[in-house]
Order: sequence, then structure tokens, then C-alpha cells
Amino acid sequence: MNEMTGMNENPLDLLPEVLLGASAVLGLLLGAWLPRGRQWLTGAMAGAACTGGVVAAAIAAAGPVETAFGDSFALDTLTATSRIVILGATLLVLALAMPRMYADPRETEFYVLLQLASAGALMMAGAQDLLLLAAGYLLASVPAYALAGFRKDGPGTEAAMKFYVVGALLGVVMLAGITALLAAGRVTSYPMLRTELAEAPAGLVAAGTLALLAGVLFKAGGVPGHFWVPDAVQGSSGPVAAFLTTIPKIGALAAFYRLAAVPLADADLPWAGLVAVLSVASMTLGNLAAFFQQDVKRLLAYSTISQVGYLLLPVAVAGRTALDQEALLYYLAAYALTNLGAFAVVCALPGAHAIDDYRGLARAHPALVASLVVCLLGLVGTPPTAVFLGKLEAFSAAIDGGYAWLAVVAAVNTVASLFYYLRWIAPAFLARGPGSDPGAMSRSAAAVAYGAATGSVVLGVLGGTVLDVLGGPLSR
Amino acid sequence: MLTAIVLLPTAVAALLLCVPRSAPRALFLMAWAATTAAELVLTVIVWAGYQPDGGMQYETRARWIPSAGISYHVGVDGLSLPLVAVTCVLFLACALYSWRATRRVREFAALFLFLQTTCLGLFVALDLILFFVFFDLSIVAMYFIIAGWGHKDAARSALKFFLYTFIGSLALLLGFIGLYLAADPHTFDIVELTRADPLAGRTTYGALVLLAVAVGLAVKTPTVPFHTWLPPAHTDAPAAGSAILAGVLLKMGTYGFLRIAMPVLPDAWRDYALVFVVVGVVSVLYGALVALAQNDFKRMVAYTSVNHMGYIVLAIGAAGAVGADQEEARRLAVTGSVFQMVSHGLLTGALFLLSGVLYERGRTYEMSAYSGVAGRAPVFAALTGVAAFASLGLPGFSGFIAEFQILTGSLGPEPVATGLAVLGILLTAGLFLRALQQIFLGPLRLPVAAPGTERPFPDIRAHEGLAIVPLLILGVVLGLAPRFVLDVIEPASHTVLELLAR
Repeated sequence: MNEMTGMNENPLDLLPEVLLGASAVLGLLLGAWLPRGRQWLTGAMAGAACTGGVVAAAIAAAGPVETAFGDSFALDTLTATSRIVILGATLLVLALAMPRMYADPRETEFYVLLQLASAGALMMAGAQDLLLLAAGYLLASVPAYALAGFRKDGPGTEAAMKFYVVGALLGVVMLAGITALLAAGRVTSYPMLRTELAEAPAGLVAAGTLALLAGVLFKAGGVPGHFWVPDAVQGSSGPVAAFLTTIPKIGALAAFYRLAAVPLADADLPWAGLVAVLSVASMTLGNLAAFFQQDVKRLLAYSTISQVGYLLLPVAVAGRTALDQEALLYYLAAYALTNLGAFAVVCALPGAHAIDDYRGLARAHPALVASLVVCLLGLVGTPPTAVFLGKLEAFSAAIDGGYAWLAVVAAVNTVASLFYYLRWIAPAFLARGPGSDPGAMSRSAAAVAYGAATGSVVLGVLGGTVLDVLGGPLSR
Repeated sequence: MLTAIVLLPTAVAALLLCVPRSAPRALFLMAWAATTAAELVLTVIVWAGYQPDGGMQYETRARWIPSAGISYHVGVDGLSLPLVAVTCVLFLACALYSWRATRRVREFAALFLFLQTTCLGLFVALDLILFFVFFDLSIVAMYFIIAGWGHKDAARSALKFFLYTFIGSLALLLGFIGLYLAADPHTFDIVELTRADPLAGRTTYGALVLLAVAVGLAVKTPTVPFHTWLPPAHTDAPAAGSAILAGVLLKMGTYGFLRIAMPVLPDAWRDYALVFVVVGVVSVLYGALVALAQNDFKRMVAYTSVNHMGYIVLAIGAAGAVGADQEEARRLAVTGSVFQMVSHGLLTGALFLLSGVLYERGRTYEMSAYSGVAGRAPVFAALTGVAAFASLGLPGFSGFIAEFQILTGSLGPEPVATGLAVLGILLTAGLFLRALQQIFLGPLRLPVAAPGTERPFPDIRAHEGLAIVPLLILGVVLGLAPRFVLDVIEPASHTVLELLAR
């Protein structure tokens, strides 16, 4: 904690965020001048900003734990890892989107919105002040509404509408929660809230926390803030769906964990029980709803809701075990890579919407179906993919934190999830007779799918090196 | 050395997948058979260099994920070496048996090679997570084999198999995490956990971990009441897949009991040994009775597997009844259970391949559709007869040695249960004799192909004979001269009992 507020306003501390914001603004200006065939340059600039941000975050990660701009922004392992994962995931989404958006009349706008939404996720991950968290929420949400309806067609408009209405409602609830916590603690900075909330009236803290979590869960796409997820994912284009189910989640879950570990750590709240209930609700409802979906994007949407449930395991036992932070961060990285891989397969076959469109596809596109198998079985948690190690860590954290029953529920849910993933994989790999013909394959998206599938196995096998750096101290 | 044995099949599988599908069929089959033969040779070399009294050998340990207590740790001892050898023999037999396969040969061969890696890896794994990785991957590979190359309701059976055994594997994983957290420092290493005995004196914790581990392994074994995935999976799987499923995959469950549950959780095992005895006896009797009621030949063989695995569970349960003066008997029971795994692997493998021969000719497993086949196919009839007699435990075959040891060893500690289990032998004798009589004796009758025409029923072909006969010869050799295997098993079972008596 930095006592000397006002002395640490060095913009270089926020280099990844600044790069992304600058690239978005510059891209917007350039886009007004560039001819349509050259607008891809703004996308390339976004890619460069993300790459630069990853490098800057990696360099910053080697430094000591600090805060920037007073106590409002934390520079610790949690922020550094979230930055790398968010920016890496944004790069993958850009790779999915750029060939598709080439020479689109609104190409630049797309990249700008994407970068702004990513910057919002970065803000949420590092925010150490309730007001900055709210600002990050808005920055992550508003561009995302526009992205959801970017195609301007019927389903897209419905998706954007539903997304916006739920987001606006829960955003207001979140602000009300922040107000209540401010009333209880008289400050908004996390390190000071920690001491203040410990002595504040329990009812007020509880009400404020619940309202605050509504907004966080909306961004994470977890129950009860999940209602927008299936419609927004099904109604928007493939790359946007991949974005919406991955990048805001990372920021929101990092923020969720930070709330648990810092301001609410000493508050008189049944925190672990509350988050455990949210986790069970997310994984169970997501899985049950995914069971008989025919549309692959909708199926993946529900699968991401259930994944939030598993990701909440380490959040529930935050502070009760030494494994919580590394479990969450590793699982987040593994999830981002694997989920993007699955969406990349969907993007690679723009003509295939339903599970039946994948029948017998293994003969025509063996490598693509193999990637799909790796990613979906990876989401189940089959070793040696990365999500397996993530689940292992998350289960270990839950059991170590005294919530063994939560790990058992998660294990049962994992088996249930296997059922609907197999409903998709099995016909693609095994159906006999003539396969369906979903039309042309996008080579670039397929390449992303191969890369993500390979990456999720490599990350799993080399998990030891990664895990070692994820347990670093938290800014308090 | 062990790492090479484990990884070689997958490396070849990856190479095969790079060869275009249009390459001649024989190329894939040759590569598959050659790899499995090379694996067998390597295993023989390992066996030749193995010192029976030397404990764990050929150990390799490498850092993998040190912060999570996971390492790459492999090695063989008297419990795993015979199973590694059986695995290699069976996979070679399957490669030979599939010589005339035509449907998607490249993928079939690659999947089998990958499956061989997972089976061998599991038996040599000395780290719980490594064990789990291979355990889970074997399920995935077997799922694709059943669903892709099975018949009738294969997709459904495969799904059932996957879901059931996956539930088991997650229960296992929770149990492993429980062990990991109990150990100080946290580790997944089986050797270290065995040495530390982390749950000594923690009764409830130990019981819960044993429950999770035992449910996981019991689903795989399978014992009653977790066996319901087995009959459909076997019935609809391709013959070679069934042979591996019964011959190797089922052993993973019982091997897990001997490798993990008994040495790492000795207190809990002793407390709950009676549960395993009861489950074992119920499996023996229930498996035999249900098998007796079957008209489907392959389903009947599948249920006899439940019966045969029940003997193993009975024996390891009886071994947990640590008394004052039963030392010798309990050692006999453990040795017999390992020997039964070997023997059952060979004989059931042969029986499933033979049932594949039957199906390939008649397109049905219904025993009532056949009669008097011995006249048309005398060699097939003779081989089936030998396999059936060996399987029911006739002296002179390996099954006899195994069951004799198990029953003699269990009789002292658990006289009532063992007495009941003997009835199982009578039942299996009855059901095998009935099946032989139905299919092979009496007037000739074969399933019809088209109205008025019978299906041709050629006798055993060369490649089928090459696959099945060696399995039966090994069954006889182990029945007449079991010492060379028992010499390897006995020191290891002695060690298990010492660990259990702590």
C-alpha cells in the first residue's frame, strides 16, 4: 500500500492500458482518412498495441508489487497475468475477425470498439478502487453492446437490446451497491475499505456487496447475471461471440477475486458460502440448459456459463488456502485459450450453425474436427489439456479451503457437461454415410483453431513453469 | 526404457496419421503389427533384466509440475510387470486379428496404438496424476473405438461407457486430491505417499478418501453395482476393442486397488476390508447368475468378466483382514489376484476374439441361432472349447492356478464368503458347457443370410489363428509352469501386505 498518494502518477505504469486506448483513438482518427481497402491497418495497429501491451505487462510483472495513481490501480501478479491473458485473447479475436472484416464499410469501428472493451476488462482486473471498478465496468460494457449488434440484423439487434437492458439495469444496481459500501466504509479505496468494512454495520455491507456483485457477475456471465449470454452469443458474429464469452469474463473474475481478497477479506460476511452458492448455480444451470441445444454457439454460450461456476471455486475459498490465486489465474488462462479455440472452429465454418451441420465432418476437415475434439474435451477437463490442470488446482483449492462438497458438485457437473460436448463431437467424428457440407472453410480461423488447440495441450503439459509464477503476492 | 515403451506406440500413431489415407491398407496394418511386436520384444528385454527381489526397478523420475507436487515418475515391480507383458501380448494379438480390417484402417490402427500407450503408461505410472492422465485418456480412446467401429447401438453404448467411467475417474481424482492435501509436503507421488502413510490415524478423512478412490476404481473394475456399463459396451464394441477392454482396461481398476488404495490407505483398508469381501462375493455370484441367463454369447462372456473380477476383489478384501496367523494365506490371496489379472487378460481376450469370429461369420451373437457348428468349423470349435474350459478354471490352465490361490488364500480369513464364491465356479462351468453344447453340438443350423440360403461358415483363418492360439498356449503354459511369473509376483505381494500391516 502506498502512503504517498499523488507521488505515483506515472503513466508508464499503465502502459498496456495506455497503448490500447491510444491505438483505439488513433485508429478512429486514421479510419476517417484511410480508403476502405486500407482500413485493415487500424486492425494491424490494434494487434501491435496488444503485442506491445503483453510485452509491457510481462516486464512489469517482474517488478515489485506496487500501486499506481494513488491506491486506485494495483500492479501485482493478478493484474499482470490478467493483462497478458486479456491482451493475448484479444489478439486471437483480432486474428479471427480481421479476414472477415476486410474492406467492411465499418471495419475501423469494429477494431476500435474491440480495443475499448478490452481496455475496460483491463481496468476491471487492476482496479483497486470501487469507482475505478465502476468506470471499468462501463468501459467494458458500452462498446460491447455495439459489438453485439454490429451486424445490424434481426438477431444481432435483439442480442444488443437484451445485452444492453440487462447491462444497464445491473450497472445501476452495481452503482447502488458501491454507494452503500461507500456509506459503510466512507472510502472507495480497497486497502482502506478492508479495515473500515470490518467494523461497519454488517447489514449495510452485505446489501452493498450483493448489489456490487450483480454487476461483476453480469460481466462474468455467471448466474444470476447470465441472461444476456445465450442470446448475445447466438445473435452476434463468431468473433464477437468469442470476445464476449472470454475477455470480459477474465477482467470480471479477476475483479471478483480482488474484492474477496482485499476489501471484503475481514468483513463480517458469509463470503465463501455465498460464492459457493453462486458457483453451484452457475455450473448447474449452465450445464442443464446446454443439454439439448442444437445451435453450436448457443451450446457454447451455456457452456461458458457453467465454466464461470468452476472459475468461482477458487474465488469462494479466497484467503482460506494458499492455492486460490494460482488456481484462478491458471484456470483463466486455460479457459481463455480453450474457449477461443472452440469458437475459432465455429468461425472457421461460417456455414455450420447446428450440431447436425457437423455430421461426418471429420472426413472433409480432419484437423479442424481434431481441434474441436481437443478444445471440447479440454473444456471438460480431460488431461493433459490446460483446463484439466486448472480444474485440478481449483478442486484442490476448494478441498483445501474446507469446501470439499463444492468440489464434489463441480465434479458431478463436469460429468454432466461431458454429455453435451459429446453430442457435438460424436456425430462429427463418427457419423457414417454422407457427411453434411457446410460450405467453405475459413483458413485463417482454422489456423487459429489449430493454434489454440495445440496451445491448450502445450500449456497443460508445461503447466509447471506457468504455475510457478502465478502465486505471487497480491497488492493489499 | 519404460518411457520408450510407453511412448513408442503413440509416436508411430502420429506418424501413421501423417501418411495419406489413400496409402495401401497393408502399410497401416504392417506398421501396427510391427510396433506391437517391437513393444513385446522390449517388454521381454525389461523382464529379462528384472530382479524379482529388487522392488521397484527401471525407475525414472523427472520434474513436471513441481509447484503442484506432480512429477513424471515411472517404474515397474512385480505387480505391474506381468500386466505390462499381458498388455503387449494382447495388443499384438489384436493387431494380428484385425489383419483383414477394411473400415478406416489408418484411424483404427492409430487409435489402438494410442490406447496401448495409455494402458502401458497407467501400469508403470508412479504418480497419481500421471496415473489419472492415462486412466482418463484410455477412456477417451476406448470411447472412439467403440463408437466408431462398433455395431448395432454402438454410439449409445459408447456414451454410457464414457459417462460411467468418467464419473468414476472424477471420484478417483477427488480421492487423489484428498491424498495430496493430506501429505506434508503436498505430493502426488505414489512412492512418497506410500512411505508417508499420510492418513494414519485420521479415520474419517481416510474413510472418505478410500470411498472416493474405491468408487472410482470399482466403476472401472467393474464390481456390482457399478457394472451396468459393461455389458452394452462389450456387446457393441468391435472384437478387438472388447478384447482390450476386458483384457487390459478392467485390470486398471484392480491394479489401482493394489497399487494405490492398499499401500497408501492401509488403516482405512483394514477397517473396510469386509466391504470389499462382500462386494467381491456379490460380483462373483451375480455375474455368474446373470451370465447364465444370457442367450447372447458375447454378453455372456462380458458377465463372466464381472464374475472373474469379483474373485480379485474378494481376494484383496480378504488380504485386508489382518489377523495373527493368516500371513501365508493372505499372501496367497494377493498373489492369486495378480495372477488372475494376467490369466483373465489372456483367456477373456481369446474368448472375445473368438466371439468376433462367430459374429463375423453369422452376423449375430444369439447362441440359439447356431447349432452343430463343430462339424463345419472344427478348429474354431476346439479353440472355443479350450478357451471356455480354461476360463472356468479347469486344472492345467492358468485360470485354475489363479482361482485356486485366491480361494485357498481367502478361505482362512473369510471362510463364509469364500464358500459362497466357490459356487460361482460351478455356475460358470454350467454356463460355458451349455454355450458350447448349444453352438457346437447337435444338428447343423446356421443363421440365414437370405431366405433359403445359409451364411457360409468357414473355419478359423490364418490371421485369426495367429492371434488366438498364442493366447491359449500362454494360458496353458501359465497353468503348467506358473513359477516364472509367480517368482515375480510373490515378492511384490509380500511388500503390499507389509505395507498394509503398518
